[in-house]
Parts: sequence; structure tokens; C-alpha cells
Amino acid sequence: MSEPTAATTVPRAVDVAVGDQLPGRTIHVDRERLVQYAGASLDRNRIHWDERFATSVGLPDVIAHGMFTMGSAVTVVSDWAGDAGRVVEYGARFTNMVVVPYEGGADIEVSGVVKAVDPETKRVTVELTATAAGQKALGRALAVVRLD
Amino acid sequence: MPVNADFQGRTYPPTEPYRVGAAKIREFAEAVGSDDPVHTDVQVARARGYADVIAPPTFAVLIAQQCDAQLIRDPEAGIDFSRVVHGEQRFAHHRPLTAGDVVIGTLHVDTVREAGGHAMVTTRTELATEAGEPVCTATSTIVIRGGE
Repeated sequence: MSEPTAATTVPRAVDVAVGDQLPGRTIHVDRERLVQYAGASLDRNRIHWDERFATSVGLPDVIAHGMFTMGSAVTVVSDWAGDAGRVVEYGARFTNMVVVPYEGGADIEVSGVVKAVDPETKRVTVELTATAAGQKALGRALAVVRLD
Repeated sequence: MPVNADFQGRTYPPTEPYRVGAAKIREFAEAVGSDDPVHTDVQVARARGYADVIAPPTFAVLIAQQCDAQLIRDPEAGIDFSRVVHGEQRFAHHRPLTAGDVVIGTLHVDTVREAGGHAMVTTRTELATEAGEPVCTATSTIVIRGGE
């Protein structure tokens, strides 16, 4: 494990080891946030903000954009790496829907662990876990960051 | 209506140029909760060696989904947008998308397949500058849920 670092300190590849845990976070998502993401991303699919429409096509309720979950989860990696531009690869499967009820919204718990370190290229692979209501929202969520 | 398997292997013509704007980057970063100032403060971005503020790692989906729309809205493809769920997304960044970039997306339909009563379509959008410099490869799998 690396020593705990101040927010201004960024890890170097040589200091990172497989198994290191990244600082996790809880991401709260509610209808307001989904409308914000819909506008920002231009993904205005009604299943993400219109409950009546979502249930009419067989969904339990409004669901979060998979890309909202993916995009917010990677902040765990980019903040740890010290620069969002260091994320050179990122992929995930959307394994379970994040249901976002009108009342209370939902919480997504995100954690990250180092899975691989390449000392030559200084590329570090982080696996993210994002869980909402006890179910994994992302599967095989891997981000590759280029460190110094 | 089933998805038209003949679309596998199809490449669409390059899209109209998309100009990456600082305001859109800020809006997107706020929506996914990325508070790295590299998205909003040009001085910070330049100090890190970028020409201007850079986009969060998943911003490219905004452009890629506009490219995907060519397929989804193609009546001959047979895709019911109301039944579309995002299955998987990947990004390979050749460099960060930066404010001021003018990029063109070329959409490739890599696979069209049926599984468990659903159709799955994997597309790949190659984003490059007008001069032809590769910026990002965005790969997306959508699931078109089968009817009852």
C-alpha cells in the first residue's frame, strides 16, 4: 500500500503496487442530476427522466444513464492520478441498472484497486467497482492511467 | 422488428465537424461531478502542458452518440430507440479532447448479433481532427431489448 497522500500529491508509477486501494467515494444521483447529465451529454432518452415513459417500456422506474455512472465513477481514478488527462483508456459494461426513485434518489458506492502496473510504460490499470442498492452497476470497469 | 444483420461491417460517411467548446466541457464535467480544474481553468490546463481546458474521459460519448444516431435513426436498421439500453462502452484516448479541437467522427458498425431474445449492436467511432490526427476511439455496445 502507498502511504496516504495529500490531495496535491500525485502517485508515481514506481510508488504504485498491485492491490493498492484508491480513495473511494459515494455518488448521489437524483432526478435533477439526471436531467443535468441529459442536457450536458445530449442523451435525452426519456427512460432517464420520465417515469411514465420508463415504466411504459417495461422498466421499474427512471434509470440513470450508464454513462452517468461510468463518467462519475472515473473521477475516483482521475483525482487519484492528479489529472483527468492521464486516463488513456477506460471501459465498462453496464451490468445492472441504477434505479433512481423520485423520492431520495440513489447512492452509487465507488471504489478502485490497482490491478496492474507496467514499469516500462508507467501505465497503471485500475479496476473500479460501482455498486447501487447492493448490485454492481458496472462490470469489468477498467481504467488505464499514465503516470510519471 | 429484428435488427438488420446486413448492417454489420457498414461504415458511415464522416460526420460534420464538431467543435469542442470550453463551455460544453465545463457543463459535462459538472454533470459527472469531476472538479479537476483542468476542465475549467485554462491556466491550470496550460501549466499541465495542454493547449486549453481538456474534456473528462467520457466526454467523447457525446460526439460518439451523435455518430451512433446515424445508425439508430436509419429506418432500414430496424432499431426501436425506446427499447435501446447501453450495454458496454470503451474509450481509447490518443490524446485528451481539448477545447478548440474540431473533430470528425467516422462510425463503423462492427457487429450485429442476437442473444437471448435481444439484439446487440457494437459500433466504433473513430474521432480525428480535420487534419486526420487520431484523438479517440469510442466503442459502444447497445442492447435492443426484445418485445414481450
